[in-house]
Amino acid sequence: MRQPRGRGEGIAPPSWLALVFLLPALLLLGFLVVYPIVYSVVRSFFDASGDSFVGLDNYVGVFQGHDNLVAVRNTAIWVVLAPTLVTIVGLLFAVLTERVRWATVFKMVVFMPMAISFLASGVIFRLVYEQDPDKGVANAAMVAVHDVFRDQVTYPGAAPRTTNGSPVRAEGGAVVSAQPVAAGQSALVPLLRVKAEDLPEKVRPAARPPAARAGELTGTVWFDFTRGGGGTPNAPDPGESGLPGVTVEAVRDGKVVGKATTAADGTFTIKDLPSGTFTVRVPKDTFTASYRGAEWLGSTLITPAIIGSYLWVWAGFAMVLIAAGLAAIPRDALEAARVDGATEWQVFRRVTIPLLAPVLMVVLVTLVINVLKVFDLVFIIGGGDPNASVLALRMWTESFGGGNDQGAGSAIAVLLFLLVMPAMLFNIRRLRQERR
Amino acid sequence: MRVSRRVTGAVLAAGLLVAASCCGGGDDGGEDTPAGGGALKGVKVEVAAKWTGQEEKNFREVLKEFEKKTGATVSYASTGENTDAYLGPRIQAKNPPDVAILPQPGLLKQYAADGALKPLAQDVVAQVDQNFSPYWKNLASADGKTYGVLVKAAYKSIMWYRPQVFSDAGVQPPQTWADLVKAAGTLQDSGTTPLALAAGPQDSWTLTDWFENVYLSQAGPEMYDKLAEHKIKWTDPSVGKALQTLAEIWGKPDLISGGVAQATKTKFDESVTQVFGQEKAAMVYGGDFAAANIATTKAKVGTDAQVFAFPKAGNTAPAMLGGDIAVALKDSKGAMELMKFLASPESGRTWAKLGGYLSPNKNVAPDAYSDPVAKQLIQQLQQAGDAARYDLSDLTPAAFGATPGEGMWEALRAFVQKPSDVKGTQERLESAAAKAYKD
Repeated sequence: MRQPRGRGEGIAPPSWLALVFLLPALLLLGFLVVYPIVYSVVRSFFDASGDSFVGLDNYVGVFQGHDNLVAVRNTAIWVVLAPTLVTIVGLLFAVLTERVRWATVFKMVVFMPMAISFLASGVIFRLVYEQDPDKGVANAAMVAVHDVFRDQVTYPGAAPRTTNGSPVRAEGGAVVSAQPVAAGQSALVPLLRVKAEDLPEKVRPAARPPAARAGELTGTVWFDFTRGGGGTPNAPDPGESGLPGVTVEAVRDGKVVGKATTAADGTFTIKDLPSGTFTVRVPKDTFTASYRGAEWLGSTLITPAIIGSYLWVWAGFAMVLIAAGLAAIPRDALEAARVDGATEWQVFRRVTIPLLAPVLMVVLVTLVINVLKVFDLVFIIGGGDPNASVLALRMWTESFGGGNDQGAGSAIAVLLFLLVMPAMLFNIRRLRQERR
Repeated sequence: MRVSRRVTGAVLAAGLLVAASCCGGGDDGGEDTPAGGGALKGVKVEVAAKWTGQEEKNFREVLKEFEKKTGATVSYASTGENTDAYLGPRIQAKNPPDVAILPQPGLLKQYAADGALKPLAQDVVAQVDQNFSPYWKNLASADGKTYGVLVKAAYKSIMWYRPQVFSDAGVQPPQTWADLVKAAGTLQDSGTTPLALAAGPQDSWTLTDWFENVYLSQAGPEMYDKLAEHKIKWTDPSVGKALQTLAEIWGKPDLISGGVAQATKTKFDESVTQVFGQEKAAMVYGGDFAAANIATTKAKVGTDAQVFAFPKAGNTAPAMLGGDIAVALKDSKGAMELMKFLASPESGRTWAKLGGYLSPNKNVAPDAYSDPVAKQLIQQLQQAGDAARYDLSDLTPAAFGATPGEGMWEALRAFVQKPSDVKGTQERLESAAAKAYKD
């Protein structure tokens, strides 16, 4: 008995066979992708314990509370800023390397950070952004540049004694004598809080002010702290060091009428003074705290700073993709434009970029997907600072990093999934179009 | 985060202290016959703890003492950094070790609620009563049953300082908070930055420790307990007073190495290096485990780096501990015998001789400790007696007391940035606490 044969008989295998072959892949996909997604969605509607249904509360919660809102804001900044910056920088590198002789070497160097794990990059940039200019490269550079344009401060942080009986007091950052001084008299300027590293290598003990002749004003500027404690306050005791190189001014009615610089033992003599009384002043430049650089990891700069490190890692990736796109551009189009008299900028702007647009879009979209899940850099460089937080990090903190609320964590995960979707669909559509 | 850092710290500290005391014991020759008659001959006991390296070696010595005494065979299993990740599955598979050492009291409460722990036998409880003050017994109890023994402690009421700069400035280690403020001022006058502060988001636990020491000192142990259980709110005036006290130091950026900008990015190990490596400041807060960080610098513990008790800010001399709690997970005879041994002064003495160890066991005399710093600390601890307390932030839910960038850590870090805002800080603490305690 022969059964009537179906369509495609003989050549095509039965459809159940296809299913058998697909089964392992489907099972794997089901276990590893579909099931977790479905479970996360379900879990996101339940509370921390997973027992009671809470509806959309977890989703509403993502947009409540200061820390969560900061994370949402930061994620928005990341998505807008990071992919754009990386694409622009990548494009710049790609175009420039086309014209550089050592292009391969240059490309290799720019691409190298891709070979380093995010975690290691994070550790590197933690060091770069270190606050102490003795350690952090970023601040060391800023301080170096800053100090070129500004004189070195001689005794940063030094200050007069605040208790009564001190012959000097602080005034607007400067140190001035408490009592007016006349020519022919002497002034004492005792200072405290002088850092050991600011003292000259060979300190001379502070001397009493030399006797002042007519029309002269003498005095001593010294570090009024006896090693080991003790000593008479406001008097240059043995063992206390003079402060050399300090500018001392005699001021009357806000005008400087004479000035001098202290010697190694801290003494100074201001000559050729008119009669009458003066205020002795040490200008504030002597004391202002030294410049310490920017607060890279402070609440305002931390997200841009981390985006900077992201740029360092991904610029190479963008460059390589765009350079490949650039190589595929038909040269005759560029030549034609040049022959028609276009400038290099016009060629770049009107011919290269439009021809590159599809590649740029792919790079941008890939980066958007990547940025939405950025975690490692923020985790390492931010070190848990809520000002740096992004959604992907909140997802982890809420579920495992102390929050212990996997409902709220799942809600953030689902939200991120939804945000990635449009970008994914876009990429898939592109791929289809290219295949056609 | 914090646990792991402390653990590595403690491991290194153990190594260091032992290296310093240079093998105080451990070579008692080869007599193998158990002195105690071998009541447990042939019995196998498994112990799990997170200790590795030198700490593990020392603990094994202690276990050897137990083997010698009873004739049991004890095997040691390392849990790795995350104790719960190791023990949880073994408990579910009904194959737990006989005894485990838990790093937090919270874990004990959790396991006790799950019914995974075996209450201590009568004679073990008697041993605990004899050697520990009721507070430590309660800490290791749940629902009126005693489950554990605090076997090893980290002492957290100390400050480390450089004796050289103190003597240069003519300053004595301060006894009271007022002394501390004064000493800080004098140190500053002498040209040395008084303090390094680790207020980075990942290590803000140092800030909670500062607060807890001041609070315990001012409000006393009873209020401390109430605050730990959230029976009083963080908006309570006593909390405000402690914050105001802290602001006397934290509120003056000149007193802090690198100012607030740097302090709020500084990790704990960096703060120790600032004092003893870079020599940029005179003193730093850190528990006994900071010895391990100091060992990475040129400074030598005991000479270049010394400790003084955390200054009294009120009537109580603060004595605060973190520590590890031994629990029995099986009802076996060996498990209970081992728990009894761990609760005894005998095990404490053996351990103390090896170094890198502190015990709240009041019958282990300071003389038993081989290391001079440990001797000083244990004297402080034993003087505090019943007023000693467990680290408050470790008694609260993890979301509040043990998470970088959240709860108590971040509220106090924000307070360092804005020390005038006592009220706002209290409100922030209270709202975070209310959320974490779910009430």
